[in-house]
Amino acid sequence: MTDVFVSSSAPDTGTRRRIGPAGIVFASVWAIVAVGIVLYILRNWNPDLFSRYGLPYLEGLWVTVTLVLASFACGAVVSLPVALARMADTRFVRVPAFVFVYFFRGSPLIAQIFLVYYGFGEFRAFFETIGLWWFFREAWFCALFSLALNSAAYQAEILRGAIESVPKGQWEGGRSLGLSRTVIFFKVVLPQAMIVALRPYANEIILMIKASAIVAIITVYDLFGITRQAYSRTFDIQTYVWAAVLYLVLVEVLRRLTNLAEARLTRHLKR
Amino acid sequence: MLSHLAFGDTGWGDELATGVFVTASLALCTLPIGLFAGFLLSLAKQSGDRLLFVSANVYTTIFRGLPELLTLFLVYFGVNSALKSMSDATGLPDIALSSFVSGMVALGFVFAAFASEVFLSAFRAIPKGQYEGASALGLGYATTMRLVIFPQLIRIALPGLANLWMNLLKDTALVSVIGLADILRQAQIAARVTREPFLFFGTAIGLYLALTLISSIAIGGIDRWSKRGEAAR
Repeated sequence: MTDVFVSSSAPDTGTRRRIGPAGIVFASVWAIVAVGIVLYILRNWNPDLFSRYGLPYLEGLWVTVTLVLASFACGAVVSLPVALARMADTRFVRVPAFVFVYFFRGSPLIAQIFLVYYGFGEFRAFFETIGLWWFFREAWFCALFSLALNSAAYQAEILRGAIESVPKGQWEGGRSLGLSRTVIFFKVVLPQAMIVALRPYANEIILMIKASAIVAIITVYDLFGITRQAYSRTFDIQTYVWAAVLYLVLVEVLRRLTNLAEARLTRHLKR
Repeated sequence: MLSHLAFGDTGWGDELATGVFVTASLALCTLPIGLFAGFLLSLAKQSGDRLLFVSANVYTTIFRGLPELLTLFLVYFGVNSALKSMSDATGLPDIALSSFVSGMVALGFVFAAFASEVFLSAFRAIPKGQYEGASALGLGYATTMRLVIFPQLIRIALPGLANLWMNLLKDTALVSVIGLADILRQAQIAARVTREPFLFFGTAIGLYLALTLISSIAIGGIDRWSKRGEAAR
C-alpha cells in the first residue's frame, strides 16, 4: 500500500531516493535522544534505586492492570443496557442513554474522577445511611467507579456500532427459525458483532491503561503513582523513563495479543 | 449556594471564565502545531526513505503508547532539568518551560502521533487515478497537492481529526496537574476555598461539555464547507 502511493505521487522526480537528508536528520534526533537517555542512566546509575523501587514499581504495575481489568469488566456490564437503550425505538429510553454517553465522552476523565472523589464526600451522611460510604471513601473504589462508568459510555458506542453492523437478514433468519428475540441476540447477532468490536475494544483497553495514570492524582498507588512518589523523593528523571518503558511494554503486549485473538476469532473466515 | 458562581469579588465566576480562556487557548495553540507535525509525519510514513519511515513509526509507537500524563511529566520535568543542567554548564541565565508551553509541547507530540495515522489512511483512500489525472493535465507536484489532493484529504480526514480535537480539548485538563490555571485548576481552588467540591467540579464538567458542544457545531460547519463541491456531482 505504502509504495503504491509513493511511486504515483512522485512521478516527476524520476528516481526514488532510498535515504535522504530529512531521514538522516530525523533518525539522528532519535539516536541523540536514545544515547542521551542511556548516558544519563549510566552516569546516574544507582543500584539503591532499583533495590528500593524495583518491587514497588511491579506492584504499581499490578495495581494498574487490575484496576483497568476490573473497570473494563464493570464497564462492559453497564454498557450492554446503555447500548440497547441507545438503539431503542422510544425517545423516552433513547435520550437518557444519549445523555449518559455524551456526559462521559464529552468531559475529561480527570474532572469526572475529581467529581467522584472530592465531590461525593459532600454527601457523606447520605452515603452512610445507604451504607455505601466504605466504597466512596476509598480512592481505589472511586477510581474504579469513574473509570468503569467512563468506559461504559465508550463501550456502549462500540457495542452499538458493532450490533448495527450485523445485517438485518440475520435477525430475520433467526425469526424464521422460530427463535426468540433474546436467543437471536445472544446466539446469532452478538457473536458476529464481537468480531467487528474486537479491535475497538482492544483500543479501549489501551486507552484505559493510558488514562488510568490519572488515578495517581487521587493518591492511588498505581504505576504512575509509585513513579511520582519515587521522583518526589529522588528528583531523578529516570524514574519517569522506567515508567514509560513499562507502559510501552504493556501496551505493546496488548496489541500483539489482539492480533492473535483476531486471527483466532476470524479463522472460519479465512480460506 | 449558586452565589459561589457569581462574577466579581464574591464569587468564582470570573476565575472560571479565565480558566475557560486558558483551556481554549491551550487547545487552539496546540492544534496547528499538532496538525502540521502530524501531516509531515504522515508524509514520512509513506516515503521511500527507510530511515524516515522507521523514525516516524518509532515516534508513533512511543507517543501513542505513553499515557498523556506521563508524556506531560516527562516534558515538564525532563526538559526543564535538561535545560537547567545546560544553563549550569554554560553559565547562561536559567530558562524554563512554563506549564503552558510544556502542555503545548506534550499535547502537540501526542496529537501529531495520532493525526499522522489519520492523514495516512486519508492519503490511502485517495485513488491513484487522481494523481495520474493531475499529471495528465500537466500539473506539477505542488499544484497537484494544493488543488487536487488536499481538498479531498481534508474531507476524508475531517471526522478523524475532529475526534482528535475533542481528545485534545479534554486532555488540556491534565495540564492543571502541573499548575496551569485552566478550568479544572480554578475549580479545584474554588472547591478547596468554599468547600463545595461537587458544585465546582460539576460546573467544570459542564464547561467542558459546553466547549465540546461548541466544537461539534463548528466541526459540522467545516464538514459542510469541505463537502461544498459534492452537491454538484
